[in-house]
Formats: sequence, C-alpha cells, structure tokens
Amino acid sequence: MKVLKVDAIENGTVIDHIPAGRAFKIIEILKLAENIPVMVGTQLPSKKFGRKDIIKIENTEFTEDQLNIITLLAPSATYVTIRNFEAVKKSDARIPKIIKGLVTCPNTICITNHEQMQTKFGVESEKPVTVRCGYCERVFTIDDINKFMQPIKEE
Amino acid sequence: MEHVISMRDLSQADILQLLQTAAQIENKELQPDISDKVAALLFYEPSTRTVFSFDTAVKRMNGKSIIMAGTEASSVKKGESFSDTVQTVSQYVDIIIIRSILEGAARYASEILPIPIVNAGDGSNQHPTQTMLDLYSIKKTQGTLSNLNIALVGDLRFGRTIHSLVYGLAHFGVTFYTVAPKHLKLPLYIKNDPALANVKFIECDSLAEIIPLLDVMYVTRVQKERFADPVEYDLVKNSYQITSQLITSCNPKENFKILHPLPRVHEITVDVDPLPYAYYFQQAKNGLYIRQAIIATLLGAL
Ligand SMILES: [Zn+2]
Repeated sequence: MKVLKVDAIENGTVIDHIPAGRAFKIIEILKLAENIPVMVGTQLPSKKFGRKDIIKIENTEFTEDQLNIITLLAPSATYVTIRNFEAVKKSDARIPKIIKGLVTCPNTICITNHEQMQTKFGVESEKPVTVRCGYCERVFTIDDINKFMQPIKEE
Repeated sequence: MEHVISMRDLSQADILQLLQTAAQIENKELQPDISDKVAALLFYEPSTRTVFSFDTAVKRMNGKSIIMAGTEASSVKKGESFSDTVQTVSQYVDIIIIRSILEGAARYASEILPIPIVNAGDGSNQHPTQTMLDLYSIKKTQGTLSNLNIALVGDLRFGRTIHSLVYGLAHFGVTFYTVAPKHLKLPLYIKNDPALANVKFIECDSLAEIIPLLDVMYVTRVQKERFADPVEYDLVKNSYQITSQLITSCNPKENFKILHPLPRVHEITVDVDPLPYAYYFQQAKNGLYIRQAIIATLLGAL
C-alpha cells in the first residue's frame, strides 16, 4: 500500500492510533477526501500497537457524532483538533449508545433487510465492542458490522 | 406494558404480574370482557396450534377475531410491504397478534402502529407467550420459580424456546442441567452471558443420573433438518428418549414434571403420558390463560 507523506497541518483534525489498515475504511465511511485534503499514514510503527494508521484532515473539525462513529471502527483512536499549527483540543470520543442507520444488519432474515426502514443497534459492551440489533435482537461484533457499514448520507 | 414483543423487555415485576393475572383468570377470580374489541391474528408463517390458542383466548373473553393464516390469498402475495399491511389492518382492529419468519417484524409493527402488538413468534428470535406459558406451568406445578433444578433436553443450540426460557428464569436463580447431542449443545454466548450470572449450568450425558434431582425436565424436539447426515440423526434421535421405564426406574421427586412445547415426535414415548409427571398437555392449556392475561392487560380490560 502506498504511504502518503504525513505533514503537519495548519488547521484541521488529526486522528491517531487507528488500528493498522482501518484508515481507508474511516475515510470511506465519513465520505472524506472528496473535496478536502486528507493525509493518510498507514502501517506506521507504534510503540503501543506495533502498527497503526493516522489520518490528518485539513480545515475540518468533527462533530461529536462523527467522532463517535469513528470510535466504532477504531476504539483506540485519539483525536486532536489543530488550529494554527497548534493542538488546541484532545477529544475523548465515546462509543455511541445507539447507532441509527449507517449499519446494515448482517442477519438476512432481519425485518430491516426487507422493509424500507432505518436500522438501529444498541451497544451491548465496549470491550470488545458488541452491538445488538434493535429488531432481530442478534448480537454482532464490531468486525461483523464493519463489513456492513455504509457511507454516511450527505445532509 | 404497551406491547409484548420480547422477554428482554419484561421486568421481573411484569412477569410476576402476568403470571398472577393468568392464575386469577384460571380460577375465575377475573373474567375479563373484551366483547367490544376485535383482534387481528396476522400469521405470515402459518402455525395452526398457535392460531388456535390465541383465537380461543380472544373468544373466551367474548372478543372477536380476524385471521390471516399464511400469505397465499392476501395482498402480501401481490407484493404489499409489511408496513402497509399492518397499517391497513390496524385501522380495523384493537390489537394485532403477529407471527413472521422475519426477525423483528413484531417490534417494527409496535413502532409504527398506535395499537398494542403481541409477538407470536419472529423467526428464531422470540416467542414470548410460549415462554410466559412455560413459566406459568413451572410456577403452577412447583409453587415457585426460585431455586429449581431444571433439565433442558434436546436441541439446545437452535431451540428458541429453550433460549427464551433460560432468560425468563434468569430473574429467579435456577440450576440448569443441560443434556444435548454433541453439536446441538447450548451456545457459549448464552452460557457465558453476564446477564445470566445467577444461573448455573451443569452439562451432563445421562438422564438417569439427574432425574432424581430434578423438579422439571423441559424436553424439545430435535429436528431432522439440523443434521447434515441422516444416519447421525437416527443415532441421536433415540439416545435421549424419555420412556416410562426410564422415569419410573429413577425414582423422581414427587413434584417432578415433564414439559414439552409440542408437537412431540420421538422424544417422549406415549407410555409416559399417563404418568403423574407428564404435564405437556396441561402446559398447552396454560397457554390459554397466559394469552388471555396478556391480551386483557394490553387492552386495559382488567
Ligand atoms: Zn437485525
């Protein structure tokens, strides 16, 4: 995989400590990189994880909801808001209690896969992350549902 | 209580209240009247037995019912969505009882409709009225739901009834003896569920060994479809068979009862039926009282 140069940014957000290989999925889910510059470092050496990914997004600060979604994909991720080359805020994103839309239920006989309706998952446990479908009541791991995540629809 | 969709929604207090109401209906202390109400039984997946039980429950309280059994002759066949069907039916009736192979169907209906919904089975997810009638049968025969020794026998892996019963009894502290063919054992995600912390599971192979300890033996059908190899099915089929000879030779406790959600096939031989321990037919009758209690509660008819 091609490693892009990861430079310091003037304004924006740095998402660090992403499990190695997950960065591109996050970019896809958040529909980043369409108009805004995004820098990705992948498979970088990390003391804590062995390997990690890092994303730097210019001129973008995330809402709490958006950060919470990233947390689903990368529970270990840390977020730093950069203004004028300085780290002004570190955020502790929380795994959301309820995830609406966004994830398709992996269970093919779940009603959500047969009707025009929004899915809904409740987070059952945080370590490791497991979620329960609000309809078929089945429990899935984060790896199960990552495969079924869809890009966030634009407002 | 607005709907009865899943055992997961019912608190210990809800469960005890419904059991008490059912007991009062059975002994005629309560005679709910729903003569001004109409119930719809929407059975996307036909189940004559469950339709009969719900329909009788409605009629015993002087209510009226409309029934869809299977989707062959309905607008569903023409491609109507589930939500359109239930929204239309909800214009005519006061309560809807739904069975579907789609998991979460009843939950979805309860979110989009302004009337009470009862889940009569959604795929292999939930069948709360079955669990409630099982709890009622246990309470009625044992006088309590606490500190019982209960054997679970048969298909413990796919059996929705079993899983649901385990969670239903989790409120009360129980010891389960599990007896199942090798690849139909109770799933680990249930065995290790922190929500079942005050439930004890003991795996065993021999029915004869545990029968003297038991208050209740809950038997389920082992379905042929669960076996890739029909020879293996034939081998397993009779290995846990419950016969009159087995039961009486084991000196069961006086309060010992055998339950089965029915229909039974080979699991319990018919020579068990006359024994005082056989309780499966009364168990089916208890379904009537519990369904009356649920329908009357949801319709505010108590
Ligand atoms: Zn689902």
